[in-house]
Amino acid sequence: MRVTVRLFARLRDLAGSGELVRDIQGPATVQGIWKALVAEFPAIAEYERSMSVAVNADYSRMSAEVNEGDEVAFLPPVSGG
Amino acid sequence: MPLTATAITAAPLDVQGLAALVSAGGDGAVASFVGVVRDRNLGRRVMFLEYEAYEALALKALDRIVAEAREAWPDTRLAVHHRTGRLEIGEASVAIAAASPHRAHAFAACRYAIERVKQIVPIWKREHFDGGEVWLEGATADPQDEAARDSALRIACA
Repeated sequence: MRVTVRLFARLRDLAGSGELVRDIQGPATVQGIWKALVAEFPAIAEYERSMSVAVNADYSRMSAEVNEGDEVAFLPPVSGG
Repeated sequence: MPLTATAITAAPLDVQGLAALVSAGGDGAVASFVGVVRDRNLGRRVMFLEYEAYEALALKALDRIVAEAREAWPDTRLAVHHRTGRLEIGEASVAIAAASPHRAHAFAACRYAIERVKQIVPIWKREHFDGGEVWLEGATADPQDEAARDSALRIACA
């Protein structure tokens, strides 16, 4: 199935792109997509403990299920204001 | 375009407009806060900042902050706008206005909103300083984190 991955701020810089489309084998979780991304971009691994995740623009958890067409976002610690 | 209570925008912020938006004729208090790009940070001379947002989620997070404030201070109306893109020293990055019959609630809602923005809104700033650039990273965003919310409430009511 096809999912869109969104990366922001330094995570985007480390991966070299803010939006990636990936075909993955279902059923999948956010955790599974993260693991595949880390294999592709090892430098992002350091964010596993500090980042937040979102599915379809709602905060979510690593254990959440991901479905065909979903947008999964990985978010470094925020610094708005 | 008429102002809405929450917005993520590349356009300059209008705190007067927000104050007017939240004010009703009979209010006793309107408090506002404007966050402004500072010229120094951690001993570095800042040249400018670049703000990036996950817009769809950032807007929902701002709406959540407004709902939380309404729960904490039911007589208070709140508006929060955050800017994105390149901001020069002295430009406003965030504007907040709160109106209430009582000043304590208006001040508290304003302070609560900026504390929560820093906790749960997916926005990042890249600091361009004299000699380099760096992404700043603060809180791990988790709206379900009750301890963070309590901390913001305590600061707001101190």
